[in-house]
Amino acid sequence: MACQIKENEIKEKVIEICGEFKNDPNDLIAILHKAQNHFGFLPKEVQAAIAEILNISSAKVYGVVTFYSYFTMEPRGKHPISICMGTACYVKGAEKVLKEFESKLEIKNGQTTRDGKFSMNTLRCIGACGLAPVIMIGEKVYGGVKQEDVSKIIKEYE
Amino acid sequence: MKSKQIKIALRNCGHIDPEDIADYISKDGYAALGKCLTGSREAVIETMKKSGLRGRGGGGFPTGKKWELAAAVPGEKKYVICNADEGDPGAFMDRSVLEGDPHSVLEAMAVCGYAIGADEGYIYIRAEYPLAIKRLKIAMAQAREAGLLGKNILGTGFNFDIGLKYGAGAFVCGEETALIKSMEGNRGEPVMKPPYPAQKGYMGKPTNVNNVETFANIPAIINNGADWFASIGTEGSKGTKVFALAGKVKNVGLVEVPMGTTLRELIYEIGGGILNDKQFKAAQTGGPSGGCLTEKHLDTPIDYESLKQAGSMMGSGGLIVMDEDDCMVAVAQFYLDFTVEESCGKCVPCREGNKVLYQLLNKITHGKGEVEDLKKLKNFSEIIKSASLCGLGQTSPNPVLSTLDNFYDEYYEHVTEKKCRSKNCRALIKYIIIPEKCVGCGACKRACPAEAISGEVKKIHLIDQEKCIKCGACYQKCKFNSIIIE
Repeated sequence: MACQIKENEIKEKVIEICGEFKNDPNDLIAILHKAQNHFGFLPKEVQAAIAEILNISSAKVYGVVTFYSYFTMEPRGKHPISICMGTACYVKGAEKVLKEFESKLEIKNGQTTRDGKFSMNTLRCIGACGLAPVIMIGEKVYGGVKQEDVSKIIKEYE
Repeated sequence: MKSKQIKIALRNCGHIDPEDIADYISKDGYAALGKCLTGSREAVIETMKKSGLRGRGGGGFPTGKKWELAAAVPGEKKYVICNADEGDPGAFMDRSVLEGDPHSVLEAMAVCGYAIGADEGYIYIRAEYPLAIKRLKIAMAQAREAGLLGKNILGTGFNFDIGLKYGAGAFVCGEETALIKSMEGNRGEPVMKPPYPAQKGYMGKPTNVNNVETFANIPAIINNGADWFASIGTEGSKGTKVFALAGKVKNVGLVEVPMGTTLRELIYEIGGGILNDKQFKAAQTGGPSGGCLTEKHLDTPIDYESLKQAGSMMGSGGLIVMDEDDCMVAVAQFYLDFTVEESCGKCVPCREGNKVLYQLLNKITHGKGEVEDLKKLKNFSEIIKSASLCGLGQTSPNPVLSTLDNFYDEYYEHVTEKKCRSKNCRALIKYIIIPEKCVGCGACKRACPAEAISGEVKKIHLIDQEKCIKCGACYQKCKFNSIIIE
C-alpha cells in the first residue's frame, strides 16, 4: 500500500520538512509529526528518507516511530475512529462500544476497512472524561456514546 | 458544587480570555514576574521553599528544594521544562490550565528561569492537545511582543524565551528523564538517577522540570505571599489540589479543593453522590500508579502522605469513582493492560513482570484462577516494585496490591466459586430467560449473533449456554425484563 506515494515525491517533501528543522536529529519527533501530517502515515520509505537526510540510521528512526503510539506505519481510513479507553470511559462502558464498532465494521481494533473508509484505534484519554465514554471520528468528538448509538454514528459517514 | 472549593491553579480558567494577554494582565498577570525580577534569585527560591509547594505531577517533591538544587549547579546554560505530557488516563487538569490560562504557566516558567539562572524553556506537550498548543502559541507570541519573554525582559537585562516540544503518545515520558530523552529526539526510555536532571538534563545541561499545575500555582504564591499559601492545606501538603472527578458520580469535572479535604466531601458534597444512587465501592486515585480507596477511607483527609499510607498515591489528580457494578479484579486487569502496553521495555522486572501480572489477572477473570495465583500476584508485585528502574515500574503493581488488600473477598470468589459479584467478567456470568416472564416475542432470538436462542413464536425461549457468547444483545433487546444475568 505504501507505494501509493511516489518515491521522488517522498524525497522532495522529506527534504523540505527536515530543512525546516535545519536537519537536526534532535528534532526527529517534530519531523515525524510533520511527515505523518503530510503523508497520513509513516511507511518504511518515508522513514528511510528521513534517516538519510538527518544522517542517522533507519533503525533509529524505526525505533522512535514504533515507540510512540501516535505514529503509525499503516495508512488510516478516510474517517479514522478513535475510541477512548481511559479509565473514566472504561468504567462507563467503552469496551462495549469498541466491540460494537468491531462487529459493525467487521474489522479489529487497529485495522482499516477494505474500502479504506474507516480505520479504528483506541487511545488513552483525550481529556474529556466528563463526557465518557468518548469517541472521535476525525476531529469530531462524540460523548456519552452507547452501544446502540454505534450504527447511527457509522451511518453519518456512509 | 462550589462551596468547598478554593481556586488557585484554576483561578483564571473560565474568567479570562486565554487568547488575550490584556485580560491576564488585568488579573495581576506578570506582576509576579516583575516582582521577582526586582529582587534577588535567592529570595524567589526562599519564597518557594517557605510556601511548601510540592510537585503536582505525582511525585510531590518540594518545588523550592528542586529549584535550589538546579540553581546551585554551576553552568552558563540551563533549561526550564514544563511537563505537559498528561498521560494519566482520567486526568485532564493540565489541559484545562493550558487552554484556559496559558500565560500563568509562561510567567511561572520565566520566574523559574530567573531563580535557577536559565534563559531557555520548553513546554513538552502532548500532540493530542491541539487547542492547548494553539493557545500556547498565541500566548507566547503576545508575551514576546509585550516584552515579557525574549531579551531584556521588563528592562532588567534578564533574557528568557520558551519553545514547544511535542510528545507522541508514551505514558512513560511523564517520567522526567524519559521526557528529556524524548525531547532530544529519542525513544522515551528513562535513565538511572543520579545524575538528576538538575545536574545533567536536557542536552546534558542542568535542567529543572515541573508540571503544569505546579507552575500555575506559582504566580499566585508570589503575588499573595508564601505565608498565605502555607496557611491552606495540611501539615505536610500545602495549598490546593485539582482533581478530575469522573466515573460513576453525579457531577463530573475539575474541582480544586484545599489539601486535607476528605474523599466523602469530594464525592458526596462536591460530586453530588453516586450516579443512579448506587452503592459506592471504590475511588481510584493516582491512575495506573495508584490504588483504590474504599468505604473505610472516605473520611481520610487527602494529602500526599495519607494517600500513600492508604496504598494509593496523589498522582496527577485523576479520581475515578466506581460503584457496585465494577469488578475490582477487572479494574486491576485494565490498569495492567495499560502498563504492559506503556512499559518502555528497558528493564526486565517492568517489561516481563507486568506481563505475568496481566496474565494471572486474565486467568482469574476468565474463571481459570487458583488460590495459588493470588499469592503469586502478591509476590510478583513486590518484585516489580523493588527492582524496576523508574517510577512507572515501581508503582505499576499498586492497582493489584491495593485491590488485593481491600477486595480480597472478590478475588477469592473469582478463584474458588468462579463467581464475579459485579457480573462483569463475561466468562463467569450466564444469561438466563425466566420462563414465567417470557412472552415468546422472538426479539432475543433475532438479536442473537450466535444463534444460541431457540423457541417458537409465542412460546418460551431458551438460551443454549454452550453456544452463548455472552454478548448481552438479547438482554438489551428484551422489553419484558425476562432475561437476567446470573
